[in-house]
Amino acid sequence: MTSVAKASIEPRAKGDPVGNGVFAALTLAVAVLFYAVIAVIGSEYLYFAGYVVLQFVVLATAWNILGGYCGYVNFGSAAFFAMGAYTTICITTIASEYAKSAVGAAIGAVPPGVLVVLMVVLAGIISGLVGLGMGYLTLRLRGVFFSIATLALSVVLQTLVVNWDFVGGSRGAYVIRPNEFPLLPGGFIAYLFVLMLLLVVVALCVSRGIERSRLGFGFAAIRDDEMAAEAAGVPTLRLKLIATTISGALMGMAGAPFPYYIGYLQPQSAFGLEYAVNAIAMPMVGGTQSWIGPLVGAVLLGSFQQWATVTISSVLNLLIVGLLLIFFVIVAPNGITGFFRDLIYRRRRSGGGSGS
Amino acid sequence: MLELYLNAIVSGLLLGGFYAAVTLGIAIAFGMLDVVNIAHPAFVILGSYVAYICNIKLGLDPVLVGLLALPVFYVLGQAIYQVSYLSFERRGSDSLRGLAFFFGLLFVTEVLLILVFGVDYRYVEAWYIGPTLRIGFIDLPWRMLVPCVLSILLFLLLQLFLSRTYTGRAIAAVSQDPTALRLLSIDPVRIKRIGFGLSIATAALAGAFLIIIQPVEPSVGREYIGRIFAICVLGGMGSLPGTLIGAMLLGVVESLTTTFFGPSWAPAVGFGFLLATLAFKPSGLLGR
Repeated sequence: MTSVAKASIEPRAKGDPVGNGVFAALTLAVAVLFYAVIAVIGSEYLYFAGYVVLQFVVLATAWNILGGYCGYVNFGSAAFFAMGAYTTICITTIASEYAKSAVGAAIGAVPPGVLVVLMVVLAGIISGLVGLGMGYLTLRLRGVFFSIATLALSVVLQTLVVNWDFVGGSRGAYVIRPNEFPLLPGGFIAYLFVLMLLLVVVALCVSRGIERSRLGFGFAAIRDDEMAAEAAGVPTLRLKLIATTISGALMGMAGAPFPYYIGYLQPQSAFGLEYAVNAIAMPMVGGTQSWIGPLVGAVLLGSFQQWATVTISSVLNLLIVGLLLIFFVIVAPNGITGFFRDLIYRRRRSGGGSGS
Repeated sequence: MLELYLNAIVSGLLLGGFYAAVTLGIAIAFGMLDVVNIAHPAFVILGSYVAYICNIKLGLDPVLVGLLALPVFYVLGQAIYQVSYLSFERRGSDSLRGLAFFFGLLFVTEVLLILVFGVDYRYVEAWYIGPTLRIGFIDLPWRMLVPCVLSILLFLLLQLFLSRTYTGRAIAAVSQDPTALRLLSIDPVRIKRIGFGLSIATAALAGAFLIIIQPVEPSVGREYIGRIFAICVLGGMGSLPGTLIGAMLLGVVESLTTTFFGPSWAPAVGFGFLLATLAFKPSGLLGR
């Protein structure tokens, strides 16, 4: 804890070999490379499967900003995700239902490629605000209450959606995904894939940026000892609200393109428990202390599930994810990255010891 | 109109009695032992399926099965507490991992039930499912009445145990002052283990009641998460009488909502209660 307190006085960023700008450029370069490889292979299945994995990277990274950095557990990832998805449904339904009115016609005139981007932004704003509201009501109390409230949030939002006929109610709603997209080979699904890839870049940059800023040190102080942080003058409530807002916004943004991806959105699929469990399991498996953990966890677990859904069964693979979550929480609480970091740390120490 | 109101209120009270049984376990685990067992609804559903199997295969009465399953669930609860203690509490690691652990349990139990039983609704058979007791113009369906009366009985027994016996008082005190317990040469871990065992044991009966009241499928438990924590917080953490009042209140409001707005809105009521309590009176009705 003393190291945290010291670090927040002197931001580490000064001596940081990789600045935020450089990191963004590097991530973007990796993303472009990744896209190029997929595009060269050119299989439509890879776009579909890759989209889901990328979507989980965003969700896991978003969860980790609140869960890993601040130590506040959000069980309602599915709710925030669905909020994003239903933002899109809501706007596209306005376009089709009120096609004759000025608003509907205006939305209808926007090409779908641009509309998706607008939806991502709008979904980010909406779910960020909901995160802020939830946080404001519950974060002044013990952290547990926030977790419980998020757990109940998905049930309630699902109730609202099921009862709301305009967005399809319990039947679900269609969004027509155009087949073609003028700028990219591979059609609209390739475009969605690229969009999600860009969201991953944004999420990773935000997450790493936070980690190395004053904000991140404040978050870590809250996680380690909230009372001490408060006493040391860290504005805990404000920082927690910032974390819930950013985290919620990113989750909503991940959900916004989903209706276009799935084509036919049902409440059960938007509020699926697999989002809630994966958003927790992935950072836990990867490691919650740094931005790279959720990425590793999401890529490993996400790809595994894509493979297992096809080869085993979708229920069984959820069971495996749940068991992995329990296993890692009990046996390896620092996740895979934490395990390797400890390994390197130990080797360095023993190496240094023999050298001197 | 009056008849409709009265019937809605009465069936709300009956429902509330049952909610009290579901919440009992959380009131002990969360309110007294400070163990945030969000997996409790999953154990209730597990109890329902135990009652279902024994009812279908052996023709046993669901309530009897619930009673027989009490010791089994008690041991299960002790085992789970032991794991949670060894992996989290003793290491002093943050509540984040404990929460994630119980969430994992919740999820794994639900998925296992889906794997074994599928997502079909299951129900039990007993003489009290079906007929209705009529007093004047008030309907008292036996399938609601039996769980409600038994829940209140269970409630009174536990309240007696916790306030009159040595072990019971230790359970009620353990999270407030573990050091004081040590000074009285009571092992706080043992007390918490007993308490958590009791908490899970109540799920066996609550599960039997649940499947008497309504057909059950594995994901039904999720609806109860919001409800039971709402009741627990509303009643005041760790206060059993508060829990009973909270349960009755939620039951009545939900029943009125169902009568006047339709049953699909009912799950939102608990959440509304929870948020309102947290926002305006976090200590609950009878909280300390």
